[in-house]
Amino acid sequence: MSSDTLTAILFVAVVVITVGITFWANRQTHGATDYYAGGRSFSGFQNGMAISGDYMSAASFLGISGAIALSGYDGFLYSIGFLVAWLVALLLVAELLRNSGRYTMADQLAYRMRQRPVRTAAATSTVVVSIFYLLAQMVGAGALVALLLGVTDESVKAFTIVAVGLLMVFYVTVGGMKGTTWVQIVKAVLLMGGTILITVLVLAEFNFNLSSLLGAAAENTGKGEGFLQPGLKYGVSTTSKIDFVSLGIALVLGTAGLPHILIRFYTVPTAKDARTSVLWAIGLIGAFYLMTLALGFGAAALLNTGPDSEVAASGGNLASPLLAEFLGGGEGSTGGAVLLALISAVAFATILAVVAGLTLTSASSVAHDLYATVFKKGQATEKEEVRVARIAAFVIGGIAIGLAIPAQKLNIAFLVALAFAVAASANLPSIIYNMFWKRFNTRGATWAIYGGLISCVVLVFFSPVVSGLGVNPATGASLSLFPADVDFHWFPLQNPGIVSIPLGFFFGWLGTVTSKEPTAEDKFTELEVRAFTGAGAEQATHH
Amino acid sequence: MADTRVEPHDRAERHDPVYDRLHATPEFGELKKRHTSFVLPATIAFLAWYLLYVVMSMWAPDFMSQQVVGNINVALVFGLLQFVTTFLIAWLYARYMTAKVDPLARELEADYRQEVSGR
Repeated sequence: MSSDTLTAILFVAVVVITVGITFWANRQTHGATDYYAGGRSFSGFQNGMAISGDYMSAASFLGISGAIALSGYDGFLYSIGFLVAWLVALLLVAELLRNSGRYTMADQLAYRMRQRPVRTAAATSTVVVSIFYLLAQMVGAGALVALLLGVTDESVKAFTIVAVGLLMVFYVTVGGMKGTTWVQIVKAVLLMGGTILITVLVLAEFNFNLSSLLGAAAENTGKGEGFLQPGLKYGVSTTSKIDFVSLGIALVLGTAGLPHILIRFYTVPTAKDARTSVLWAIGLIGAFYLMTLALGFGAAALLNTGPDSEVAASGGNLASPLLAEFLGGGEGSTGGAVLLALISAVAFATILAVVAGLTLTSASSVAHDLYATVFKKGQATEKEEVRVARIAAFVIGGIAIGLAIPAQKLNIAFLVALAFAVAASANLPSIIYNMFWKRFNTRGATWAIYGGLISCVVLVFFSPVVSGLGVNPATGASLSLFPADVDFHWFPLQNPGIVSIPLGFFFGWLGTVTSKEPTAEDKFTELEVRAFTGAGAEQATHH
Repeated sequence: MADTRVEPHDRAERHDPVYDRLHATPEFGELKKRHTSFVLPATIAFLAWYLLYVVMSMWAPDFMSQQVVGNINVALVFGLLQFVTTFLIAWLYARYMTAKVDPLARELEADYRQEVSGR
């Protein structure tokens, strides 16, 4: 049996299992708390698995191992930022948010502020972050399937994007948070299983000696010692070094402001369970990122990663699948075909679980923040709200498909980093101020969110990622979003975080001190007691 | 569960005087103090430690490229230490919260329940 047939069978198996889960979850979903927060009845361990499944995107699985395979040590810097970020979530956000919110990121701001302006701001930033992230995943899915099936036809990519889009809308409308959570748990099991298998096989090639694996990688790539040291990719100039620091700050502060991560804390019964889930997530995510070392350096040591290789042509995204094929016995062997198909199916499940989480997050925010509070002025029933959330999932899925199909010709790899930068600049300042600064108020919250969001988007628009980066010498394609002959950039960095995150905090401070809102200060007492003790926090539902 | 329909839509939610009483208790003051005394120094420490690593990766290549054992250099050890410190701080935080903060939170929450159920 060929690898393509096997891959197709395993892809269908992933779809059948997740669709089955979704139908089952639908029968367990009876009200708004079930739909938005899975009835708050997941255990800390289950939620820890789901968080890992929600967080470890194809960008981590394929992207980081690919980056290590091509740029050596510099790829590993991503892994560290993505992991350390979880301490911000654990120490400052998870438990306090669980106790003070209900369904969305906006809830804990609305707790003591004027509902309509803060919910509008928080919903805007939620939808923007989620759409950026979603687009990157969907375009990635199209490219991945085309690469794996060895087709270059544009219509196959477009078909894949539509299929992934329809599946995610199905998971979210039918399965709600329960269905989405179980899809993420299954994905986490598949991803960890697949990664452990490949890691063990790689290490076995080198008698479980890390030093000889690294030595082989340095030798096989022809880049020597430099391949094992930082700076190969980012150390070329002072601008690129500052750019890397900017990226590092956005990664470490962005995670705790990603709306699709934040709403996962509402799915457990108590703040203590939220803590347990982050502890499990840190363990699983940490173990996974350690294994990216074996995957990335393994690919560099065992495969051809030179400038005209298949790995380089895919931007590194094929490093893990091709490494699996090599370890199974190489192209044309049964073992190779089985392992390639297996890893491809894991990557596919990874994409599905992440896009479902993102769609649910933005649909929840549109229904709960915009429709129920801003539009219906708090007069919507639970039933109406959930119905609107389902409609919103369709609309957001449609928008994502509509944008992803034309976007696949563009260089949009920067969108994930941009989503982290917006989360760190717009969302984190308002969350932190709200929990720890009594004086903070509505104007401060809206200025922090809009200020951080607009700074990020404006700086990126006038940065080299949008125009003026030049062309890829090998392919002649523009490295920027715009064609190579257009250049209107004036901001030198590709990552805006180092400027936009301080701006977000600054605008939050400025808005606060230029206005007075005694009710917000007065209710801080209530927010604080509730956040720190759980007194009056939302309860799990029982059926 | 509170019903959103009965709340004035453009204002923050209810303000219950029980929270003022709980906020004024010495137990709550102690809880906040204990929480801050771990979270604040730990946050400053791990962010500084991480930034040190990021900056040294870019600006101290000679130090980072020194070999420790075989092909394993300082950069790799430093990177792996970030994993170790992350696991360690997470574990210490959970242990500290369970021992020092959770009992106070439980006490205050029970107090709240008692007052609310007695109405």
